[in-house]
Amino acid sequence: MNWITNYVRPKISSLLSKPEVPENLWIKCPETGEMVFHKDLEANQWVVPSSGHHMRIRAGDRLKAFFDNGDYEAVDLPKVAADPLKFRDERRYTERLKDSRAKTGMDDALLVGTGTIEGLGIVAAVQDFAFMGGSLGMAAGEAIVTAAETAVERKAPLVLFAGSGGARMQEGILSLMQMARTTVAVDMVKEAGLPYIVVLTNPTTGGVTASYAMLGDVHIAEPGALIGFAGPRVIEQTIREKLPEGFQRSEYLLEHGMIDMVVHRHDLKHKIASLLKVLTKSPSTLPQAESTSHLEVMGLSAEEARSSQAAE
Amino acid sequence: MHNYLDFEKPVADLEGQIFELKKLMDAGEGVDVRDEIQRLEKRSYDALSDLYKKLTPWQKTLVARHPDRPHCIDYLNRLVTDFTPLAGDRNFAEDHAIVAGFGRFRGEAVAVIGQEKGADTQTRLKHNFGMARPEGYRKAVRIMEMAERFGIPVVTLVDTAGAYPGIGAEERGQAEAIARSTEACLNLQVPLVALVIGEGGSGGAIALAAASRVLMLEHAIYSVISPEAGASILWRDAGRAKDVAQAMKITAQDLKGFGVIDEIVPEPLGGAHRAPMDAIDTAGERVAANLAELSGLDGATLKQQRREKFLAIGRNL
Repeated sequence: MNWITNYVRPKISSLLSKPEVPENLWIKCPETGEMVFHKDLEANQWVVPSSGHHMRIRAGDRLKAFFDNGDYEAVDLPKVAADPLKFRDERRYTERLKDSRAKTGMDDALLVGTGTIEGLGIVAAVQDFAFMGGSLGMAAGEAIVTAAETAVERKAPLVLFAGSGGARMQEGILSLMQMARTTVAVDMVKEAGLPYIVVLTNPTTGGVTASYAMLGDVHIAEPGALIGFAGPRVIEQTIREKLPEGFQRSEYLLEHGMIDMVVHRHDLKHKIASLLKVLTKSPSTLPQAESTSHLEVMGLSAEEARSSQAAE
Repeated sequence: MHNYLDFEKPVADLEGQIFELKKLMDAGEGVDVRDEIQRLEKRSYDALSDLYKKLTPWQKTLVARHPDRPHCIDYLNRLVTDFTPLAGDRNFAEDHAIVAGFGRFRGEAVAVIGQEKGADTQTRLKHNFGMARPEGYRKAVRIMEMAERFGIPVVTLVDTAGAYPGIGAEERGQAEAIARSTEACLNLQVPLVALVIGEGGSGGAIALAAASRVLMLEHAIYSVISPEAGASILWRDAGRAKDVAQAMKITAQDLKGFGVIDEIVPEPLGGAHRAPMDAIDTAGERVAANLAELSGLDGATLKQQRREKFLAIGRNL
């Protein structure tokens, strides 16, 4: 196995790629219907300022928002066999790939970067839903294997932002095999004594949830994300019943013990950095008074913690 | 008489004629139709071989789901002695979709974990058509851990349309249960041989099939999604299942070509359902041979080889 991974400067294309320019510069909040100016959304990490609704964020933007000063090294990801099934449904898979590449400026659904968060060196892998629904195929599988190998090699924790509809149908059984391959990958990180944190974003379902996304040491979800194994429509068709309110949403998973906490996108970096520093026994970089309160560690969002402190 | 699949009609007609002629002879009407029977038997044999030589992926799907095809419990009854089934995940429930326990295979201790679809309405309901809930996978993990502790090899029998999609299953962490079961397979420090006997459906299948050796019956299928579900996603038309079966490359022969499985186990002419005991015995031979090859290896090597095997999948396509 090749444990040596080459690093390259971030590709110009991924640096310059912007989220798709919306046809309309005003974007509708899915929750309240309010129209929000796209620049305001972008400046707010794609969280609707008034409603707090977490919209999807592109992988490149996520990495920039997550790493200190937006600086990170992009990890070069291996090329994989293109279209081994010679698959076509209504269109050829190769055409769909080409379109997604043009649309997103990415080679496939994952970006991997290394850098620091609040001074702590980590490896982050981000799945981008904009690239064929973030689907897990051979390229995404190799990206996660590479991210894990990089983490082991650098003795750095691995943070994985999952966001995917599941396996990539167009790669058939080879996409199913990624469930086993990515499981091997994250277990290598764990066996090296390194923390593996999963951040579940909207949506994370299917083969992705049923492999690396549910094997973290710590599971964090963004508010309101759809997280589950079977999609809600499949379940409805199977049981012929209406699904309960809030079913398969982050808060529901928290209640059922599947995740550790629901954290606002703005608070993710600090939450993860302070947790990882404890787990890796690194010194806290913040002055005592400002460091994370015990309430936050218990899984309350920073906002909740602040308001409960205020109430005291 | 057999349960015939639609595409087996030519064979069904011939065998029907043979049946009638034999009845006629047995009735002692004095007509000698032995030559005619022999001629028809030859024709029906040829027709069956022709059909099964070139089954389409969709036809294989139907064969893999044939109601008379031997299921997990048939294999257990035929191949394993002193079998003690164990029940429950020690957390919530016993899931009958997965049968698991310890026994002897050719005299040696073995753990068997398999999905059971059931054979009639009553047993199908009991086993939930082979669609496991989280408890089934957690029971599988429990048995694997126990097998490892006692140094007993594990054989899994894969036959499921997929893990059960339901409210309770989601509530109790179906995804996590599958992930943990796949993980347990991959980390197991005893030999693990998986045999896909019918349908290998998606995550529900790989949860038991991340094995040292993956064997597949000649007409079994193994797929990331059922052809029907795939059709409704990709074509928004469940009626296109045939096309998905074709496009998705789900047959044992395709999977061997991709290096996803290690071995194809031949079935009797006309499929395992025509001669279940022969099919089971052949599969038993192959499982035994593979277990024998793995028997000398220590736990760390077994685990390392299994990991490397899966990491290598797809890298040479």
